Amino acid sequence: MANPLKCDLCAKPATVHLTQIVSNKVHKVDLCETCAQVKGVTDPSGFSLADLLLKASLNPDTPAAGGRCEQCGFTQSDFKKHGRFGCPTCYEAFKGVVEPMLDTMHKGTTHTGKIPQRAIERKSIYDRLTKLELDLTEAIKSERYEDAARARDEISQVKQTVPSNPKSAR
Amino acid sequence: MTITSLIDSPSELTDAASSKTAIVLMTRIRLARNLSGTAFPGWAKPAQREEVLRICRKAVAATSPMKRSLNITVGELSDLEKQILVERHLISRELSGAKGGAGVVISKDQAFSVMVNEEDHLRIQVLRSGFQLKKAWNAITELDSALEDHLDYAFTPTLGYLTACPTNLGTAMRASAMMHLPALVISNQMEKVVRAVNQLGMVVRGLFGEGSDASGSIFQISNQTTLGESEGEIIKRLHTVLQSIIEHELNAREKLLEADAGKLFDKVGRAFGILQNSHLLSSGEAMNLLSLIRLGIDLAVFPDASRSVIDRLFIEAQPGHLQHAQKGEFDPAQRDLLRAARLRSEFANFVPPNFSFSTNGKN
Repeated sequence: MANPLKCDLCAKPATVHLTQIVSNKVHKVDLCETCAQVKGVTDPSGFSLADLLLKASLNPDTPAAGGRCEQCGFTQSDFKKHGRFGCPTCYEAFKGVVEPMLDTMHKGTTHTGKIPQRAIERKSIYDRLTKLELDLTEAIKSERYEDAARARDEISQVKQTVPSNPKSAR
Repeated sequence: MTITSLIDSPSELTDAASSKTAIVLMTRIRLARNLSGTAFPGWAKPAQREEVLRICRKAVAATSPMKRSLNITVGELSDLEKQILVERHLISRELSGAKGGAGVVISKDQAFSVMVNEEDHLRIQVLRSGFQLKKAWNAITELDSALEDHLDYAFTPTLGYLTACPTNLGTAMRASAMMHLPALVISNQMEKVVRAVNQLGMVVRGLFGEGSDASGSIFQISNQTTLGESEGEIIKRLHTVLQSIIEHELNAREKLLEADAGKLFDKVGRAFGILQNSHLLSSGEAMNLLSLIRLGIDLAVFPDASRSVIDRLFIEAQPGHLQHAQKGEFDPAQRDLLRAARLRSEFANFVPPNFSFSTNGKN
């Protein structure tokens, strides 16, 4: 062969070629004998293709964009090394790396399941209060007393919707 | 609750074995959750891990299923205790190997366990004996929602629950069933089943998860993907797949009986003989023999009531449980002796096989 396939995980010539159809999507993986053994591809009791695809997409030959997560200091090469992210904010920081992966890894690219409704409500109330309190201080500072009174009323209104015990926030 | 009293009480797994658990021994669902704005356990500094552990243990212990639970750090557990919890599927191998700042909360009935600082901040798990995906989901979503009252989860509308590994994004849910499939193994159809199940987006693993062997003909089947489908859709799809595997297993049993019932009953009868009389049994061999007895129960060779005994022995034959029962640490060769002795005494009082109506006219 003029251009033999290389193993997706190391650079040795690939001898195991796996095609798997998961939910109508074709996934192809080329592996050398050793990697195939290690990954359990030859083991009939099953292996995780998702993990394999993840590792394959972490192929060090792909050019590194060299990004860095502001929140936790995680870098793209850290991701290539560990296959795990550093913190939730990494998903924003490494959007360009994550998005192309999702399509091969999952059934879809958008979440359609459970939403932590109460936590989201709690956060939006908290954000609103923070903003109103800022408005109030500004209004007092610039002697806009009508605005200040309005902000104060709104604050007490929002505070009433905050359940003292978060359990009643349903 | 203390670890000692937890170990000495029966687990959810061995509790309710009935004909309903004939093929699906156990249903399990786990959810991965993380705290927003906090580094994932694998990247967090030791102090951050300790802080997350403190916050999460407190929040988990406050939920109603976790009343009088076992709430313990990995550091407080001995190696043997960790092994026992792994054998009961209450903690993962990964958690048992955690260095510091990791822990687990286990409910009194051992149906719920929440691991803290495994791969994700929280790994919430529910176990139910038998085929009960829907019930398991209802139980776990309730616990998850109760935790949400106290914890700010990392979540975005498009990616769902954010997890350390992108393969768990979205619902961050893995639903699985532990299935006993002896006839598919005997008739060499398992490889075919694994391939078909893979194509349907599900994964097949051995009894103790990734990389473990399928001794005892017990397999775990679970969803592979977590993003792009709701929890309900994943569970429904898994349910359909499991249902069809059950049918295949029943068909395979039927075929084995039709083709050569004598051969099949010979396997069951010999297994009984070995369990009653052997003096050396590795855990793999013990699992395979127990599996044949369990098949015998399904074929009415042994009474239905014996099924729970076998399910208990599946766990008690594991190295950790065996050493705990013998109150000491033993090398593998000694364990094989002890295991055989344990099973001999158990099978001395076992209701003997009755092949009369099962083999009627077939031999």
